[in-house]
Amino acid sequence: MTFDVVVEVRLRPGIADPQGATIERALPALGFDGVSSVGVGKSIRFTLESADEESARAELADLCERFLSNPVIEDSEITLTPVAS
Amino acid sequence: MSASVAVVRFPGTNCEFDVAEAVTALGGEPTIVFHDEVSLGSADSVVIAGGFAHGDYLRPGAIARFSPIMEAVSRFALEGGAVIGICNGFQVLCESHLLPGALQKNAGLRFKCGTARLRVESNRSALTEQCDVGDELDIPINHFEGNYTCSEETLAELRDNDRIVLRYVENPNGSVDDIAGICNEGRNVVGLMPHPERACNPLLGSNDGVPLMRSLLESALASA
Repeated sequence: MTFDVVVEVRLRPGIADPQGATIERALPALGFDGVSSVGVGKSIRFTLESADEESARAELADLCERFLSNPVIEDSEITLTPVAS
Repeated sequence: MSASVAVVRFPGTNCEFDVAEAVTALGGEPTIVFHDEVSLGSADSVVIAGGFAHGDYLRPGAIARFSPIMEAVSRFALEGGAVIGICNGFQVLCESHLLPGALQKNAGLRFKCGTARLRVESNRSALTEQCDVGDELDIPINHFEGNYTCSEETLAELRDNDRIVLRYVENPNGSVDDIAGICNEGRNVVGLMPHPERACNPLLGSNDGVPLMRSLLESALASA
């Protein structure tokens, strides 16, 4: 099966996010007064070939843990969508 | 007999010649080892030099960690050999799990380039054994992601076991507990953000890096 995968990597709660803080400080100057809790992360997109959804999820969990995120400071969220063949 | 030092170079490393120069000036024998090699040869010690390994893509050190040479470096470290990671090299050692924690973007999001004053907190490590605790050293820093971060448990372990080897006198980047350099449990693997190799000649403004680089050469000879 082929899956479209989006991995969102974000800083773990409690880890300082200087990019988010800087964006948040800039917003009032542009007239956006109601924005708060800004967090900056990364989004990584790719396609994956795997036998089924279960094996795809297992492989992705390993990939995120060992490479796409650094678990010391980051969490990752995986979204996968089967591609119709 | 002189200490042989393997200086690891990834695509994007840019401090390997500075390290080699400092090692040579202090009587050691540097060899630059490219990332796709699988052996460190007969080196008695390893320096992972600074720069932007693999462009720092994804995260600094994240891709370098999977380079063929890193298996040899890990083996060498686990066998007790002296391994020093400077700046980007420190990031590579953290990503490789040879050192705990991670290096985050500097607080304030500024690239820091200047001289930092460091205090030697422990002289029980491959990089500091020629120093005295309390020594203050002026060493250049040059980084964007040098903000050392770790869990509460890791921090407690580092403190309790005298594994914080260098602290900033004035914290430039937001590092937890003013940490500039740490060592592993065996005290043979040390990572630091500042660049001691750039402070080994008074012409460069400071030669406070000499005792650090000399410690490395002595550690290398001890394990040769």
